[in-house]
Amino acid sequence: MLRIESLSKSYTLDTQALNDVSFEVTEPQVVAIIGPSGAGKSTLIRCINRLVEPSSGHAILNGENVTSLNSSGLRKARRRMGMIFQEYNLVERLTVMENVLSGRLGYVSFWQAWRRSYPPEDIADAFKLLERVGLEGYQDKRADALSGGQRQRVGIARALMQKPDLLLVDEPTASLDPKTSRQVMRILVELAHELHTPTLLNIHDVPLAKNFADRVLGMQDGRLIFDGTTEELTEEALTRIYGEEDWSVDTKKNVDEGVDTASTAFKATST
Amino acid sequence: MIENPLLRHGLLIAAVMYLAWSLGSLEVDWARTAQGADRAGRIFSRMFPPDFDRWSLLLRGIIESLEMALAASFIGMILAIPLGLCAASNIAPRPVYLVARSILVLTRTFHEVIIAILFVKIFGFGPLAGVLTLVVASISFIGKMLAEDIENLGDQQMEAIRATGASFPKVLIYGVMPQILPRYLGVSIYRLDANIRHSTVVGIVGAGGIGQTLSATFSRYDYDFSLAILLTIIALVFLGEFFSNWVRGRLR
Repeated sequence: MLRIESLSKSYTLDTQALNDVSFEVTEPQVVAIIGPSGAGKSTLIRCINRLVEPSSGHAILNGENVTSLNSSGLRKARRRMGMIFQEYNLVERLTVMENVLSGRLGYVSFWQAWRRSYPPEDIADAFKLLERVGLEGYQDKRADALSGGQRQRVGIARALMQKPDLLLVDEPTASLDPKTSRQVMRILVELAHELHTPTLLNIHDVPLAKNFADRVLGMQDGRLIFDGTTEELTEEALTRIYGEEDWSVDTKKNVDEGVDTASTAFKATST
Repeated sequence: MIENPLLRHGLLIAAVMYLAWSLGSLEVDWARTAQGADRAGRIFSRMFPPDFDRWSLLLRGIIESLEMALAASFIGMILAIPLGLCAASNIAPRPVYLVARSILVLTRTFHEVIIAILFVKIFGFGPLAGVLTLVVASISFIGKMLAEDIENLGDQQMEAIRATGASFPKVLIYGVMPQILPRYLGVSIYRLDANIRHSTVVGIVGAGGIGQTLSATFSRYDYDFSLAILLTIIALVFLGEFFSNWVRGRLR
């Protein structure tokens, strides 16, 4: 389904944000990508739909090499890749319905987009999805009137409107409280399984990853250093991903975000 | 603000000395200035009562000014869109951005009156020169605001719309336009209000409108008619201000 071949990205000459990453997703599973802040998780998923242009390597989706496509080919490929963002990235001044329908922008003409006249089946799909994510009746609300959890549900609906072959999810819960995070994750993972959509999910919250993912990739310094099931994600594996010296410092101030949650995860797994 | 006391006091003394020197070097004709109060009194007394007898001339000037302001605002509003888009660093390619920014800086360098004089020289006296002047001023004003609003948007929405496979024009109408439209309309209405005021000014250098009529009354010592025109301009500007605030209040 998705094959990543030695994907690399360097923003500057001497640092590698993404360093020779290769892996394959052969079944519609939810793959969590964990790792400390700055490990290259976000760069990895953005290099797949080329919101960030990779420096070398390939991303092959259902046999098509996305990395070598020209701009119109890339737009067609992006239609098949739904993306969900940490900050939801909704168009604040548009309604929930307009935001959800924007998932179809790759399919409608400019004038249809301008006049917001989408095909009736798209509108029917949008209503179904809104109901499915628990936002029935919210279609005419403006996006900026919603809470964080509600916005992320709109984000999920927008991505699924694309009927994607692949879901790219970038820290979907990082701006949400713990309870809302779990609700959003549950909806997301349920829908991904239901629709048989392989999902790459960046997440710095290790317990959430262990609870909801089928498989875990661990990244550090731009390299992929762990690939296994949630059961295989042991204390030892976590130590490898997040580093030995960082484990003992959960009382220290200024620990960065990734280390912080990893230490909680460490305790959670040891009990 | 300045740590060193020697430097602080030194600067202060230097500033006072410069002020004294510059006042002294102004070539003021004190004898002529002394007549000022006297002359002002005479001018003002001749202004009263304001003379509205030539109201048809007045009305024609006012309507011409309003037409100039409206036409210039509308054309400026439309032309500012491409210029504003090109001058936003986050969506325009670098060379396009640099050219567009240079145009914005260049058009903002000169005051309207200077541009008006230039257009009067090129196209002759009359409202065409005035309209063109106000168009230039409107494009650069609205264009700059538009560019800055787009730059302040951040790329979150645009990124999301791009990720759906939407083309650049669709990213603009979905990811950019809804976010900046209220401000754009607000700025355009403000510019209409400003153009009403400026249309009276550019007339003084011969670029049409009520300003041209006003300037003529001064040179003919028709001070009572001047006052009538001034009062009308004040009323017009008041109305413009009121209208602009009302519309912008409703846009929020």
